[in-house]
Amino acid sequence: MTSGVDLGRPQTQSVGSDEDVVRVRQLVRTAAVAVRLSLVDQTKVVTAASELARNTLVYGGGGTVEVTAIDNGRRPGIRIVFADSGPGIADLDLALTDGYTTGGGLGLGLSGARRLVDEFDIQTAPGQGTRITITKWSR
Amino acid sequence: MALSADESVRLGELLTSRAEPVTQRWTETIARQLRGRLSQAELVRQVQELHRAMVDALSKGAVDLNAEEATELRAVLAEFSRGQARQGFSATETATGVFALKEALLSTLKADQSVETLRDYVAFSAFVDQMGLFTFETFVRTRESLIADQAEQLLELSTPVVKLWEGVVAVPLVGTLDSARAQVVMERLLQTLVDTGSPYAIIDITGVPAVDTQVAQHILKTVVAARLMGADCIISGIRPQIAQTIVALGIEFGDIATKASLADALRHVLRLTGVETSRRQSRREA
Repeated sequence: MTSGVDLGRPQTQSVGSDEDVVRVRQLVRTAAVAVRLSLVDQTKVVTAASELARNTLVYGGGGTVEVTAIDNGRRPGIRIVFADSGPGIADLDLALTDGYTTGGGLGLGLSGARRLVDEFDIQTAPGQGTRITITKWSR
Repeated sequence: MALSADESVRLGELLTSRAEPVTQRWTETIARQLRGRLSQAELVRQVQELHRAMVDALSKGAVDLNAEEATELRAVLAEFSRGQARQGFSATETATGVFALKEALLSTLKADQSVETLRDYVAFSAFVDQMGLFTFETFVRTRESLIADQAEQLLELSTPVVKLWEGVVAVPLVGTLDSARAQVVMERLLQTLVDTGSPYAIIDITGVPAVDTQVAQHILKTVVAARLMGADCIISGIRPQIAQTIVALGIEFGDIATKASLADALRHVLRLTGVETSRRQSRREA
């Protein structure tokens, strides 16, 4: 699980259309700049958020994204939670395999997003929806 | 809420008999709100037109704004609302333009304080509310269509295909590359390749803030399509942070040539086409 203390209130964005994915990206970018992530880390976390928000939309049938600025005492960071109440993921290992896709994409979104962030937590079960929490710390 | 037939007639009579003070007061209230952003003549014309349409609808026996008899009134209201939306007035200002009629009506009723008058006023007021809400709705619809138009224009604007050199075209991508834009970009590029007979195309992504798997897939598809037509594609504008993100994501561009800047890409193409040899010569001469 992610560690660290919340700083301020989380910002929420519902995800129901392609435009919302763009809004999520903007929200994450603003938050990433606010906690002083480097340009590379900003780009990485924005890209990861873009992948996961699109998964929420395409596979989860829409949901919500929550962005929070956090601090673990040594450095600030950003935590993003993607939640949907869609069908969930039956085989997580398979879903996290590079190149595996059920939707005609490149099959790199979920696995790639995991490589782009510092902490990655996924809670899912068939019929239970999916909840992914990612954290990126400032260096 | 509908007016009763009697109330409808009485409101019509009131608007006719007190036409002058009502329209004047109505105009004044709106003018105060808009603070000179609309010319007095224009405002007077609008109010008189609304007034005329109301009297007309009520005289025909309209008891409800959705009634058949009120068709023209709705048209006038819609026109008023669209005009306001186009001229940049806010939704509140537009709706209050109609609500101002209530104040005008109230001021003409003030002298008479009987219960009937009050009842009439409440009924009239409900009718005016209906008109206000209708205006508001039209306003929102107008704004939405304006936004949709602008989004479309932006899509057209933001995907130019430019000729960089003889046989070299470039697509500088700026902003978000969603499916709709990717489609436009691909169509434009392929058409330009045919029109200009260019064997080389450079896709510059300097202006794309984040390259995720969807964007990459769109670009890859465009490159493959261009290749099928016999053109070679080079992707340029890969900044350090984008390069690192692409690597971490695991996206592979295969044998597609990628360059850090548009200048590098152009130099690469010119070298391939042999143009650069002449430049080297001129350097030696100098």
